[in-house]
Amino acid sequence: MDDFISSFRLVSSQGQQQKMIVSKQRCHQINPKTEHQTIMPKEFIDGAVAIARGALAAGCNFFAGYPITPATPILLHMLNELPKVGGVGIEAEDEIGAISMCIGAAMAGATPMTATSGPGISLYSENIGLAIMGETPLVIVDVMRMGPATGGATTTAQGDVQFVRWVTSGGYPVIALSPSSVAECYTLTQRAFDLAERFRTPVFLLVDKALASAMATVDVAEYAQVSVGHRPLVPQILPQPASVDGVRVNAVTGQPDPRLRPEESYLPYAFEPVEAVPPTSPYGGPHITRFTTSSHDEHGFLTKDPAAVNRLNEHLRLKILSHVEEMSFGELDIQPGAETLFMSYGTTARAMREGVAAIRDAGGRASSLTLHTLWPLPTRLLLDAVAGHRRVVVAELNHGQYVHAIEGAIYRDAAQKKALPPEIISLTRADGQLITPQQFRQQVL
Amino acid sequence: MNPTSYKLETYKNERPFPFCPGCGHGLILNHLDKALTALQLAPTNTVIVSDIGCVGLSDQYFVTNTFHGLHGRSIAYATGIKLANPELNVIVFIGDGGTGIGGTHLINAARRNVGLTVLVFNNFNFGMTGGEHSVTTPHGARTATTRSGNPEWPLDICQTVGANGAGYVYRGTAFDKDLPQRMIEAIRHPGFALLDIWELCTAYFVPNNDFGRKDMLGLVDKLGMKTGLLYRRQVDDYAHVVRAQGQALAGKPVMPVKAIEPQFDHHLAHKLHLVLAGSAGTKVRSAAKLVGYAGVLSGLWATQRDDYPVTVKTGHSISEVILGPEEIRYTGIIRPEALVLLSVDGLKKSGQYLASMTEEDLLFTLPQFADVPTRARKVILDPKDAGMRVSKLSLALLMTAAALRVLHPFPMAAVEAAVQRFQARFADQNLPVIAASKRLVGDVSLSR
Repeated sequence: MDDFISSFRLVSSQGQQQKMIVSKQRCHQINPKTEHQTIMPKEFIDGAVAIARGALAAGCNFFAGYPITPATPILLHMLNELPKVGGVGIEAEDEIGAISMCIGAAMAGATPMTATSGPGISLYSENIGLAIMGETPLVIVDVMRMGPATGGATTTAQGDVQFVRWVTSGGYPVIALSPSSVAECYTLTQRAFDLAERFRTPVFLLVDKALASAMATVDVAEYAQVSVGHRPLVPQILPQPASVDGVRVNAVTGQPDPRLRPEESYLPYAFEPVEAVPPTSPYGGPHITRFTTSSHDEHGFLTKDPAAVNRLNEHLRLKILSHVEEMSFGELDIQPGAETLFMSYGTTARAMREGVAAIRDAGGRASSLTLHTLWPLPTRLLLDAVAGHRRVVVAELNHGQYVHAIEGAIYRDAAQKKALPPEIISLTRADGQLITPQQFRQQVL
Repeated sequence: MNPTSYKLETYKNERPFPFCPGCGHGLILNHLDKALTALQLAPTNTVIVSDIGCVGLSDQYFVTNTFHGLHGRSIAYATGIKLANPELNVIVFIGDGGTGIGGTHLINAARRNVGLTVLVFNNFNFGMTGGEHSVTTPHGARTATTRSGNPEWPLDICQTVGANGAGYVYRGTAFDKDLPQRMIEAIRHPGFALLDIWELCTAYFVPNNDFGRKDMLGLVDKLGMKTGLLYRRQVDDYAHVVRAQGQALAGKPVMPVKAIEPQFDHHLAHKLHLVLAGSAGTKVRSAAKLVGYAGVLSGLWATQRDDYPVTVKTGHSISEVILGPEEIRYTGIIRPEALVLLSVDGLKKSGQYLASMTEEDLLFTLPQFADVPTRARKVILDPKDAGMRVSKLSLALLMTAAALRVLHPFPMAAVEAAVQRFQARFADQNLPVIAASKRLVGDVSLSR
């Protein structure tokens, strides 16, 4: 729809003012809009604001962090806003201090969050294991940037995807969500809190520098409120009577429980069945609570008994893995007849959707899956999306990380069905630039 | 919140201590039990936070709440617990090992005066792992890792925290009869209280150095580390101070949504990719933001990506702004329809843009950049034509406003409204600059 005038003349400040004719920009409408369309109110903000807002909406009342590009704005927003809701924030002496303070605060009943980038996740690693072992709700925002090491503080990357999954000794399951828009930063932050609380576990919110610090326009109607649960709580009153025939009453079951020690009114780490989330009670409440980093029994005492240790480890594994489908979020856009399925997450998913639109505009066919849950691997969601496609293109800003998890799921499924798996292509970029819609388009056309 | 129905005779549970015969840990824990029994602290309102080591086993022998965490981090967990609930009594069990690895948490909790009671079980080596030297091992001592005699000098824990403002600092030994009384004072002290309690590790340090009680007392003089109450200051608990400070903000609106209702009509059928390339510290990003706000005020979707060095007010500042009638997905700009080039710093970062631009695109720039190589058509704008003094901080806005007049994605009234609403503090400076930009473009017009 372009029409151009082929010549123009420079306007010059000396001498005559020549009339300059600049051809119409190819983006302009020929006729300006005359009717006033109903356009919804919007906001012009960045991802960091949306994340902070989502955390506060979810009931976050504690934040400890350390300044690090590009996550620092989240620290600043939270320190500014938390006092308004009666919460407290602190800039810790280092990242290890920050995450430690969050875990301590959580056991005293707070709903904590912290935010960092790749180098900070490295320092968090041992404590992430502690949050898993002690079953602490904790939201960890990782604003990914170029690595390794200091890499590029102001450069976008998606290189921590496997890191957050395997950063702990033992590799016990974690939950990781990935928003691909500023509006999703708001909703998925709330989701992160909901999952962290209900499953008493650390939850990562993986964003990247581009999403967190770039300004974007959000349709105000898209700010969805997510119902945020709370950690299962022991009823906050002492059982009356406290004992029956010398056996202490368990506040969770209401029944006399011979396992209870004299100082206990519940068992902090009792779970039945093995995947159940144990109810907890905050320090300062009516019940005594133990927390430990050691492999422990139901009282929270250190144990090396193989049966007890095995049961604990199975619990930490199955607590998450038995609920995979409940936490599998994604946006599927299937085009009937499409041979190629694109898969991506975060900022890259935005270019993916634009690339798919361009493919369709040019008469081609393509489907796309935007992943909002990265861990635990949303296997059912993935396989359902893949079905019927002959090619799967996984796009990410690293050297190909999440693609390996996808390959595993697809090949396993194909082997079980004795069928041929689709071709799996890894579309990557690790130069600090975004994968372009054109790169997606080139995969099909 | 003391349960008044009965008095606790002891805060220990029935489990026997697991320590080696003669270990000082048992003595110290018994002193603590005496202190707790005297104070009658509610066990549910008390948290014992234990570090790693033989000392880290100790929380399992008490009836209070307990938190056993990672090595060296006990003071940080305790800080979080205290911040979340400042009314809790938080007592830390840490060894000389933990004060080494956790030095920064020790120093900073002291500096802040977080209301903790820190008991250092100091036996001059790492007991649990086999007697390796720690930060408090005396010079010349023999340990598993200093078989030829320790070439290092010991850390003075008390002076370290004392020099940084700690509210209560005491040094003694596990044999001191008055230790329970000191512990009571420490627990009652509102700020950061620390007891450096020297004791004998009968499994390793004692046999490795033929070291006994008399030698330990002699160490006081040898190291010049005084015993007794070394610091006692009137300070507030950091946890209370932070909350009191926050009270001033209680109830204020929390990050309210600043919804922008469209007031103007835009003129775009497709996306417009605009790049502002200038120097840091010259309000390039502000100008870009204004374009974005004006776009949203005109019912458009806008994105803005900025690139600038980590340092402030030096180097380049590049803003990529995309305006479009529909939601913008990919936020990168490979080929801008318009580039506003403001300085040499901006030019240095514009190579890709200038190379990718075609005759369909426009370069808005100053006379000194009239010859930059590019296929884009050049619109040369001279600030001298503005009819007003153009400061370093106004140039980006002047040139951007001029470009907007030519590109005309929305009426200039939208830009003025954006200033009034989102940069109101600078309206007096910015509105005249926007008005003056009209003189720059003069007869330049967009053909229809």
